[in-house]
Amino acid sequence: MKVQQFHLDFERPLVELEERIRELRIKASAGDGHAAREIIELEAKLNAMRSEVYGNLSRWHRVQVARHPKRPYSLDYINKLATDFIELHGDRGFRDDPAVVGGFATFFGHKVMFVGQQKGRNTKENIQRNFGMMHPEGYRKALRLFRLAEKFRLPIVIFIDTPGAFPGIGAEERGQAEAIARNIFEMARISVPIIITIIGEGASGGALGIGVGDTVLMMENAWYSVISPEGCAAILWRDRAEAPKAAEALKLTAPDLLELGMIDRIIPEPVGGAHTDPDKAAELLGIELRRELERFATFDESIIAKRLDKYRNMGVFDSGG
Amino acid sequence: MEKNDKKIPWFKRYNKGPVDQPAREIPDGLWIKCESCGEIIYKKELSKNLWVCSICGHHFRIDGKDYIDILIDEGTFQEFDSNITSKDSLNFIDSKRYSERIKETVIKTGLNSAITTGIGTIDSIQVSCGFMEFRFIGGSMGSALGEKFTRAVERAIEMEIPLIVVSASGGARMQESILSLMQMAKTGTALTRLHNLGLPFVSILTHPTTAGVMASYASLGDVIISEPGALLGFAGPRVIQQTIGTELPEGFQSAEFVLEHGFIDKIVPRNRLKATVAGLLRYMYEPAVKTVT
Repeated sequence: MKVQQFHLDFERPLVELEERIRELRIKASAGDGHAAREIIELEAKLNAMRSEVYGNLSRWHRVQVARHPKRPYSLDYINKLATDFIELHGDRGFRDDPAVVGGFATFFGHKVMFVGQQKGRNTKENIQRNFGMMHPEGYRKALRLFRLAEKFRLPIVIFIDTPGAFPGIGAEERGQAEAIARNIFEMARISVPIIITIIGEGASGGALGIGVGDTVLMMENAWYSVISPEGCAAILWRDRAEAPKAAEALKLTAPDLLELGMIDRIIPEPVGGAHTDPDKAAELLGIELRRELERFATFDESIIAKRLDKYRNMGVFDSGG
Repeated sequence: MEKNDKKIPWFKRYNKGPVDQPAREIPDGLWIKCESCGEIIYKKELSKNLWVCSICGHHFRIDGKDYIDILIDEGTFQEFDSNITSKDSLNFIDSKRYSERIKETVIKTGLNSAITTGIGTIDSIQVSCGFMEFRFIGGSMGSALGEKFTRAVERAIEMEIPLIVVSASGGARMQESILSLMQMAKTGTALTRLHNLGLPFVSILTHPTTAGVMASYASLGDVIISEPGALLGFAGPRVIQQTIGTELPEGFQSAEFVLEHGFIDKIVPRNRLKATVAGLLRYMYEPAVKTVT
């Protein structure tokens, strides 16, 4: 098996150990009893090492895990968790933005409207999907689907995974700022439940543009911040290479955000990150999603006031003295 | 208005490189060189003309508080929540501690936050109003600003009066990370309650209004007005240039460009701002029914 593998720096010792185990397996299958015993030993060591490495991830490491090219994306979770998905396209104004996918979906017997940011798995798909960076028409497509959900009384399930809203000439010409502002405003008064999960990257307004809701969940290795670590480093340290420092300062991990009261719960990932076991990752996401859908199985207009109150109280400031 | 040391327009500097141009700064002099046409202008004249070049119409950047004099009837402005200030709840450190940065800025500007809010009258119509201060950490939006803006919205709701906000901002304040991102949600969602009551919000944009503020309340006015030549947009010109790798078209992200693309209603010169807002309010608001005095 010669598969080109992608590894993060801090995963190297784990990869070396895995490599060694693979070699021993070949020997063991050739009847080497010593090799078989060594495999058992090394596998125990590997598990312990994996727990240790992943138990001590720095914030910057988590950003790298969130960006792992093998990390499951929105449509991977849809494939694993939705029993039905009818994709819908277009903003009815300009074009269909493939950086965001959406449509009617059924999770655990609950009919919902699904909207999620979608990265590409390879270069070709990434060009098509613009690396998950939405244009204004993407935010307007999402808003159209939110309104459909409202009309048919369907809860909205949103997956966030974006390196940011796209900064380009067309995006400015078509009102990127207006599109995001409009979505924040309209999502505040949508009369059906909105359940949000940050599954990978949650960069700034690009994420918030589909990120106002009743419940905000976050996967263990996802990040969510006002700016990417690189963007922050470029401005405050005048050097993108200082991104690890910026990641620390920005306190952008799931545990950070839970402590700040900015998210409701953390969804655990398999040891080693969602990419090491996508099935398990989907299962863990499914448990939380199901819980939320059952909680919102019945709802009324009072959710709007609750949602507004929640955002009303966000922020930390001094009132002097 | 005696300060003129921070009035070099930003997006010109991007093109020419970030060089200090001390020759242009004559803080105590009688004459000032127009940043746009180069004309030497008598400072008193410039001040009388609301810091607009009488030759080319270039709008010099002025403080947020200066707009109180421009928009609000003399002697009617009453400030609220001036005690609210930023807090370094994340212990954020870049080149200096955020807590230090706040302290220094408060001392330097004499302001507690990047917005001044209160009530006052415009042509005898009572309004809840906010004036952003670019000189306070680039007019960036953190929790203090978000709270003051939200209270201004709530004051408008409580008194059943219009909301008028003059924006000038580089975006969300990075040093408050997720908390400042959530101020976009806090301010944007607060406006739905004002909207539901049929109360008007006039958003006035000045140079520059970008990123997190442009992508939240500044873009949510029932009517959006900009001063001429203001830089308006989501992403900064430098970021866009780096992303796409080509030169940006002439006038890109100027108020005139944004008007042409349909995202603001009007470009109004400074000396017409008050009359324009008053004129708009006559259509959007019935003070005879709603004025509380």
